[in-house]
Amino acid sequence: MKDDTEGRKVHATPHLDELEGGPWPSFVTGLKRLRDEGAPNNQKIMNDLLGQLNHSYENRLGYWKGGTVSVFGYGGGIIPRFSEVADKFPESKEFHTLRVQPPAGYHYTTDILRQMCDIWERHGSGLIAFHGQSGDIMFQGCTTENTQKAFDELNEIGFDLGGAGPALRTSTSCVGHARCEQSCYDEVRAHRTIINGLLDEMHRPALPYKFKFKFSGCANDCVNAIHRSDFAVIGTWRDDIKINQEKVKEHIKEKGRKYTIDTVVSMCPTRAISLNDDDTIEIDNKSCVRCMHCINVMTKALSPGDDKGVSIMIGGKRSLKIGDLMGIMVKPFMKLDTDEDFEKLNEFAQSVVEFFADNALEHERLGETIDRIGLPAFLEALEIDPDPNMVNHPRTSSYVRTDDFDEEAAKYFERKAAEKAAQ
Amino acid sequence: MNEQVRTPRSPDEVGVPDPFQYMHPVMKANYGNWDWHDRPRPGVLRHVSKSGDVIYTVRAGTQRQMDVFTIRKLCDIGDEFADGHVRFTTRSNIEYLVADEAKVAPLIETLESNGFPVGGTGASVSMVSHTQGWLHCDIPGTDASGVVKGLMDMLHKEYVQEKMPNRLRITTSCCQINCGGQGDIAINVQYTKPPKINHDLVANVCERPAVVARCPVAAIRPAMVNGKPSLEVDEKKCICCGACYPPCPPMQINSAESTKIAIWVGGKHSSARSKPTFHKLAVANLPNNAPHWPEVKEVVGRIVAAYKKDAKHWERMGEWIDRIGWKRFFEMTDLAFTKHHLDTWTGSRKSMNSSAHVHF
Repeated sequence: MKDDTEGRKVHATPHLDELEGGPWPSFVTGLKRLRDEGAPNNQKIMNDLLGQLNHSYENRLGYWKGGTVSVFGYGGGIIPRFSEVADKFPESKEFHTLRVQPPAGYHYTTDILRQMCDIWERHGSGLIAFHGQSGDIMFQGCTTENTQKAFDELNEIGFDLGGAGPALRTSTSCVGHARCEQSCYDEVRAHRTIINGLLDEMHRPALPYKFKFKFSGCANDCVNAIHRSDFAVIGTWRDDIKINQEKVKEHIKEKGRKYTIDTVVSMCPTRAISLNDDDTIEIDNKSCVRCMHCINVMTKALSPGDDKGVSIMIGGKRSLKIGDLMGIMVKPFMKLDTDEDFEKLNEFAQSVVEFFADNALEHERLGETIDRIGLPAFLEALEIDPDPNMVNHPRTSSYVRTDDFDEEAAKYFERKAAEKAAQ
Repeated sequence: MNEQVRTPRSPDEVGVPDPFQYMHPVMKANYGNWDWHDRPRPGVLRHVSKSGDVIYTVRAGTQRQMDVFTIRKLCDIGDEFADGHVRFTTRSNIEYLVADEAKVAPLIETLESNGFPVGGTGASVSMVSHTQGWLHCDIPGTDASGVVKGLMDMLHKEYVQEKMPNRLRITTSCCQINCGGQGDIAINVQYTKPPKINHDLVANVCERPAVVARCPVAAIRPAMVNGKPSLEVDEKKCICCGACYPPCPPMQINSAESTKIAIWVGGKHSSARSKPTFHKLAVANLPNNAPHWPEVKEVVGRIVAAYKKDAKHWERMGEWIDRIGWKRFFEMTDLAFTKHHLDTWTGSRKSMNSSAHVHF
């Protein structure tokens, strides 16, 4: 302990002090401000928290262990942290996090942020992270006793706990319809419909392992759905890209013809764009894969078509346990305009979670279950028809029994005929 | 016991809050009706609706782990120079929504004078997406906020301008679970030694069959050690991934010396141009050298510089390497290519070059 200028005892933090200079905002400066100027309870917690963190920097080891802390009525949503060095740093010996679900699209008013600050100043440490990697607002640093009080007040102002453990996890959606012309569906509605219909799986963890949904309005995938969710909802469209040829000409006039060829025409992944002699462009929409690149470059001239909807990709996750898995395409297109469309998406989402609950092994992510049982078994259970958009290419291995090939082919042609008749 | 039993409050299971109550009125009025956007300057987006309405977004960097004073300061700035409506990006940038163009310049000036860099848009290096580290995690090999602070201090210039070939997304993760996610550059803990087991504690703390099942290479088996039921690790099989440590803390995977940092390159979420990709190993075994991680910063700086110098406009890190080839990547960054860069995991054959294509 050292004396600060007011004669108060604070821990020396020589390692953390190093992280206060430089142009980027310093979290250490923020922690110290809570220690020196925060509410009395925040000051106490933060002094010992800074002490423990500096201790970690010194020894290059973490000193938190988990445990069991929850609020009345819920099994998950609190991340318990008990210090392993509480003898040295007793005031932060309990430093739990409340995971709180953000509004879809991360919209806030300054007023609601201030209310959150007031609550967390009273019952927690005064430290809040916007946001954690699953998307939660993380209210970091609470005693076991105050956990319920903090949650009650946050709940009173309209916020609810997120997911933790083997459960449905907090979801995120991009800014989408609220501000982005590239958005292909109502992300807020999809996000809230699905998650709020499955809250029991979030608040009372009983799934084999975690399950994540993420909602991106287009293939730019600003919320990282393909890598990071078991169920990715990504916006797309079926009709032609919209072209404003006058704006194309303006773009070329401003940026140059060579630049446009190099950055738009040559970078199209399916060589679907050509530049005409009069500086207009032609797009072969049958070859276009809706990757968004040309639209990203020419934001005024090009935009998604009108016949919009979503693609669903299943099974994305990171390394544990069988290695990284990217989500795979299982529904190339679902229309998402009417109440019935949203209900259909919701039913599909619920049936996938149900499949996961029934079939996954403990601590197995959905992508791993599918790898273990094979994609055809998953598709059959979910009554999804095979589609060429599901694959990079058809199988290369001949080791498969194909005696029902003709029946399967007949079904394919029946489906194609039905689709044609429906158009 | 005369004390009255307090009835606990039942939670109101509201779930995901309705964002329309917090959304800027111009965004609410034009929900799903936007026409186009551009970026008048780095850190500023202008979105124009089909109705003719315009909304400006000013994006600024934060430290993510914020004290209430910082949040209130950001709110004060929002009330005085914007319209009191904000949002956050996936990478913890704050965005101010402004309907009046005249407010944009003073807002930027105020953010910058209060130490919040304005940028992170377009072809910039945005905020590092990161994890909790020593501040809050129960299994961290390193800190997160500290590494990120150091990196963003170094890359500040690339945050406030749009001078990279395309956006450059960096992530950090404090263990091999990789909560920070995929990135153009990912800076992740890489363990280098098998767990050190405290056999006195295993029987009481760990559900042994679950720990055995957790191991990706079946290197853990139940054993009696000193007369106590415990677990043992076949160290020849062990890949030092740390998967056993979370369910069984007495299997300590971290140590001050053996916990190292690896840097990975070429991860991408977006389907724009090329399909999404996972990041690939660039270098391992860098020291976990808090509080400045100089060795990590030096390598990241080198990779960023090579990409910036050589990639074509709109090429992401992985797309650039695809074009120039891994041989040139390792030459340009002066990094070693070792046997550890050859994948040995399930499906690794697909990562080998099965063609006569060779770079010279």
